[in-house]
Amino acid sequence: MERKTVNVTIDGRSLDVEERSTILLAAREFGMHIPTLCYMDDLSPYGGCRLCIVEISNNGGKPFMDTSCTHEVREGMVIQTKSPRVIRARKMLAELLVASAPNVKMAQDIAARMGLLKVRFPMEDNRCILCGLCIRMCYEQMDGKALGFVGRGMGRKVSMPFEVRPDTCRLCRGCDYVCPGVIVPCQGITEPGELCGRCVRIDEIPTCCSMGTFGCFCEKNPL
Amino acid sequence: MRKVKSVEDLEKWKKDILAKQKQHEMTVSVCGGTGCQAYECQKVKAAFQKGLTQKGLRERVTLKVTGCPGFCEKGPLVTIYPQNVFYQKVKPEDVPEIISETIQNGRKVDHLLFEDPNAHRRITSADQIPFYRSQMRLLLSRNDLIDPTHIEDYVAVGGYQSLAKALFQMKPIEIIEEIKASGLRGRGGAGYPTGKKWEDCKKESGGTKYVICNCDEGDPGAFMDRALMEGNPHSVLEGMLIGACAIGANKGFIYVRHEYPLAHKNAEIAIQQARKAGLLGENILSSGFDFDVEIAKGGGAFVCGESTALIASIEGRVGEPRSKQIRTVKQGLWGKPTNLNNVETWANVPLIIDKGSKWFSSIGTEKSKGTKIFSLVGKVKNTGLVEVPMGITLKKIIFDIGGGQQDGKRIKAVQTGGPSGGCIPASLFDLSVDFDSLSQAGSMMGSGGMIVMDEGTCMVDVAKYFVHFLQEESCGKCLPCREGLKRMGEILDRITEGKGNDEDLSLLEELAEVVADTSLCGLGKTAPNPVLSALRYFRPEFEAHVHEKRCPAGVCTPLIRYSISGTDCTGCGACAKICPTQAIKGEKKQSHLILAEICSKCGSCMDVCKANAVMVQ
Repeated sequence: MERKTVNVTIDGRSLDVEERSTILLAAREFGMHIPTLCYMDDLSPYGGCRLCIVEISNNGGKPFMDTSCTHEVREGMVIQTKSPRVIRARKMLAELLVASAPNVKMAQDIAARMGLLKVRFPMEDNRCILCGLCIRMCYEQMDGKALGFVGRGMGRKVSMPFEVRPDTCRLCRGCDYVCPGVIVPCQGITEPGELCGRCVRIDEIPTCCSMGTFGCFCEKNPL
Repeated sequence: MRKVKSVEDLEKWKKDILAKQKQHEMTVSVCGGTGCQAYECQKVKAAFQKGLTQKGLRERVTLKVTGCPGFCEKGPLVTIYPQNVFYQKVKPEDVPEIISETIQNGRKVDHLLFEDPNAHRRITSADQIPFYRSQMRLLLSRNDLIDPTHIEDYVAVGGYQSLAKALFQMKPIEIIEEIKASGLRGRGGAGYPTGKKWEDCKKESGGTKYVICNCDEGDPGAFMDRALMEGNPHSVLEGMLIGACAIGANKGFIYVRHEYPLAHKNAEIAIQQARKAGLLGENILSSGFDFDVEIAKGGGAFVCGESTALIASIEGRVGEPRSKQIRTVKQGLWGKPTNLNNVETWANVPLIIDKGSKWFSSIGTEKSKGTKIFSLVGKVKNTGLVEVPMGITLKKIIFDIGGGQQDGKRIKAVQTGGPSGGCIPASLFDLSVDFDSLSQAGSMMGSGGMIVMDEGTCMVDVAKYFVHFLQEESCGKCLPCREGLKRMGEILDRITEGKGNDEDLSLLEELAEVVADTSLCGLGKTAPNPVLSALRYFRPEFEAHVHEKRCPAGVCTPLIRYSISGTDCTGCGACAKICPTQAIKGEKKQSHLILAEICSKCGSCMDVCKANAVMVQ
């Protein structure tokens, strides 16, 4: 069957991309990198971290910004993924992210890749970056429906209903698997010859793990 | 209640109601809006009830508790018809005098009439009062004639006639063309052309469609939608009926916020009465058109005023916005085409159908038609709801209708559009009030809040207030809104505490621009407006805080110092008595002194000082 395509221009290159595909997927298909954080293949796009923001212009209209993970391609669309406006916005987003969760490896990686050398905001130490991957994993892939956001604005956090693990949670650990916050950042080798292995060794339950089940799978699961 | 089965029935019903009303010689309208309720209008009503019964006047005089006529500053308001005598600040004690003088003898009670502050003369009827004179009250004018809990009152003033016209004399496409030709734009703030929205929604295929009325008005200091919903809910229902008929929807929702109990109650009563009268439900007026409305109550989240968040809330999910590339007219409530409009937009619809698009489009400017209700609050003499034609100047609203400055301090800015809008300086008060001019000035029409500020208002403090408000109300879904607003709040906190530096100002500006560029929904996209507009027009105030560590308006407590002028102080001791920290020392009849290290800067001393000897620096 023939694929239906639409013609779009991404960073000056005219491309025929699959109809109804998102800008992010279209760009990736042609090997163009757009940074993401809250996006994961096979989970529904969320549009929360806003890092994949691009500049879009429909048929010569006034350019506007939207996230490429949620915005579908249309015929004649002109997309800028690296314009000065996009880069400036992305850098600021990375700065906000790393200032809020400086000890999350993913946040550090993103900040580093953006070339960020200095953070102008006071540092906090949040472990959860509220990307919502665990919730979507639980809901969409594992049919667990055990996690959700509670609270609003600054009080927002991931939680189970009434902070009690419901029966629908089968301790599958899909949430841990997708969480960017539980990857412990490497602190480097402290003594010559030492291999620290912190990134695979589980010493403590991260504070952001809403269930408190992180890493205790083996002890608690009767199987 | 009678069941109306056809247009003739409706006509006959109207005639019967008018005949019945004629039996009464007089009508006493007591405002029952939320503002006047705070002034205890219920007691005034009870006093009238008692007084009229005692004098045996109940047969001759109708007593009505109506919606808000707008002049909230002077509540409780009482109007006597047909003489059209407008009494303000009526207390229960005044009622016997009104009954014996005005109702029985036809004389006016002078001290309850409005006094023109400039000409010092008493004004009898409302339309002569400066506050009302420059207004054009198309939507609000019926508020003081209608008891919102009686559908008969609405039918008597010609209610539901537009519905009959739309159902029997117009095709759905003609209704849409009429609305398009009228140039009506969404009154919720963004100003999207209503007719175009309806047309887009009608074009969508698929059986089920919905219409929604957005009454989740959350801007601080704004209460236009509340007054309409409380005072004239049937006009909103009629608008929704006409819209639904045009679009092809059979189900509607009114989303009322939790904090509007009276609006919720009156809307509920209106729906029940309309159902009983056969104006809602199946086969309305035997036209074959079915439509019913349900009320959805919000939980009090500001963000639920955003269309996609509101829809999520009605569906029972968390009120969070989603990406809006696919618009709600395509996929809205439960994935069905949904047309969402603001209360005021819906209330305009029956007027347009009744009087025609030509009449409507003759009011206003080229691109903004009709009237707009504003809630005029802040440092003006006359606060309340004002309805003005689009294109009126800010000067006219603030000085002619609002009566100008309150007490000695010059008006320096007006904040329009609530937390999504911005501040407009006095130098731009000749600006025409319409959707496009306000956006160009860096503010927006918004839903119609208008807060007037004078020299005693610190613009940095105002910006800080709005940022903190939005920070609390942000849903927290997207990073720039959640983290960005928090950081903006922190920076503004630092500046108002005198700890800011030049870098803070540039960072604040950069951050504000990025938050506006990258946020997911309208809340975040417009959140930096108060800050950006304040920086644009009042940069010297920010610089005074940063460089000189001084708050020119004397508002930011860490930057001000209270002192007593030795020459003006009479030594009465009132300040020393009220001071909560005992920071004021001094002998009787001698000049007093404020000890700066103990002073908590509450300002109580300044309020009590009769000699105006307390100064703030």
